[in-house]
Amino acid sequence: MVKNPIITVKNLVKQYGDFTAVKDISFEVFEGEIFGLLGPNGAGKTTTLEIIETLRSKTSGEVIVDGFNVDSDPSSIKKRIGVQLQAAGYYPNLNLAELIELFCGLYGIKVSPMDMLEKVNLTDKAKAKYKDLSGGQKQRFSIATTLINNPRVVFLDEPTTGLDPQARRNLWDLIKEIQKAGTTVVITTHYMDEAEVLCDRVAFVDGGHIIGIDTPDHFIDTLVASGFERKKQVKQANLEDVFINLTGKEWREG
Amino acid sequence: MKPYSNFNATMAIAKASLRSIFRSPSAVVFSLLFPLIFITVFANIGGGGVKVDVGVAKGSDTLNPIYQALKKVSVVNLITKQSAEEMQKNLEKGSIDAMIEIRKNIAPPVFTVNVKYTRASAEKGNILKSLLQSMLFQVNTSRADSLPPVAELKESTVTGREYKYIDFILPGQLGFSLLSTGVFGTAFVFLSLRQTLVIKRFFATPVKRYSIVLGEMIARVVFAMAGAICIIAIGHYAFGFTLIHGWVTVLNMLALALVGLIIFMGFGFTVSGIAKNESSIPPLSNIITLPQFLLSGTFFSTSAFPKWMQPISNALPLTHLNNAMRKVAFEGAGLGDVTHQLLILLVWGIVIYAIAIKTFKWEA
Repeated sequence: MVKNPIITVKNLVKQYGDFTAVKDISFEVFEGEIFGLLGPNGAGKTTTLEIIETLRSKTSGEVIVDGFNVDSDPSSIKKRIGVQLQAAGYYPNLNLAELIELFCGLYGIKVSPMDMLEKVNLTDKAKAKYKDLSGGQKQRFSIATTLINNPRVVFLDEPTTGLDPQARRNLWDLIKEIQKAGTTVVITTHYMDEAEVLCDRVAFVDGGHIIGIDTPDHFIDTLVASGFERKKQVKQANLEDVFINLTGKEWREG
Repeated sequence: MKPYSNFNATMAIAKASLRSIFRSPSAVVFSLLFPLIFITVFANIGGGGVKVDVGVAKGSDTLNPIYQALKKVSVVNLITKQSAEEMQKNLEKGSIDAMIEIRKNIAPPVFTVNVKYTRASAEKGNILKSLLQSMLFQVNTSRADSLPPVAELKESTVTGREYKYIDFILPGQLGFSLLSTGVFGTAFVFLSLRQTLVIKRFFATPVKRYSIVLGEMIARVVFAMAGAICIIAIGHYAFGFTLIHGWVTVLNMLALALVGLIIFMGFGFTVSGIAKNESSIPPLSNIITLPQFLLSGTFFSTSAFPKWMQPISNALPLTHLNNAMRKVAFEGAGLGDVTHQLLILLVWGIVIYAIAIKTFKWEA
């Protein structure tokens, strides 16, 4: 299978005054994959994402998204991507259906708000306000707004942070559906189990550098081959499996 | 693929914003409810701090005891600088309450006091009437009965439109409504959109920056115009607010309201840029709105203020909006007749938008 890069980042540098947040990063994201950006807080993940999303200027380097350069054609990129920001709010006093309608206007696209809400299983919340949703519902709604323009790539910045295990699994299913529909997904997360389940490839970012980029499997195999052993004998299940087993996989609203 | 329409994006924002405004209690309370309450209250209690403006005809004798006595009465404000023509016009409009001419006669009675009242200000005319009668009574009875009276009083009344207090209070309240919608509404919305990253999320869509600002402005204009129509309609039908040329007057008032609102939104943009967080918006907005609320003749005519305060009043944009509004509403002036006020407002507009552009922030 030939892998087409849909995002190409070359020698990306971002400086804030004296501080260099992103130090000469290069990587590619292939069409149709789920690509994970992993790393500790302050590693430069969000900055890198926001530069690719055209929301932040870069100091130097080159970024191409779906054939368009962020410098010369940011508006073409904006039309082709869906962006979920960490901790972003929505226009006050509007219900979900009205918010989708607003985004339709912003993207210049006509879709039925109910169809969009159906994709994320929120039709019964069409008349609810965003602030009254549960954490998981908020994230699903945010993802719905990224899908309105039928994007080539969606960017999800820590979409599962703060969610309970059920809501997290529910979101994984949604993200896999998005991939199945042919959309490339770029995701950041602090949960390695999540990256292992979801991502086709991951890049580890630390201190503004990419320190490794490969498939999760290959990373694990390499580490094991180097003689690494877990201190504790690995059991067939972990505590999260127990949690899910006891409380059920059913998604809880509220 | 259809070409991207900036117009549709702008309208989508305007529609969302308008929905949001109508659902926000503070917007409705400050822009509609408060002005209507003030109108109801003040229309019923009438004007406080009565001043009777009396025009003194050119060539009138000013050395006589009656004139000197009138000068000492604090309620009476003697106006000597207007021409006879101006005075007659103002008398008809009710912007002066009466006209007086005192003549010295060769034969007794020594003085004739000619007074012209106006139907446009019957109440204040009555105050002057009783004042004059008691004065003349004193002057005349201070002499022996056998002597002819020193002064005689000749009275007449011009017909003019009655200038009701509602005609004064309503334009002021309309200005106040525009001021709150413009300053508070704009300041809050842009700060909150910036802080909750709504604007950042918008920036990830193809929408243009000007669409965001324009959409918000359009929403506020529609809301404020609807409010203005409400206030004018209630004022007219419930309290008899005078609209000289009917619909034309209403349209002229709305045009002025638009000019005022755009300027006040400029203050709002500035406040949203300067404010660090939501709690600093009310004090900053109050610094702008309160002085204008109190000093721009919203409740009382600025002519009732002490002399030293007048230049302050005259510097404020709301003063000129109120003045223009009153001219248009009551005197039936067109926009061409209030160019002086519009020019001052234009200067304010240029200054405030220059500041707003410097201070406005898109991102937190």
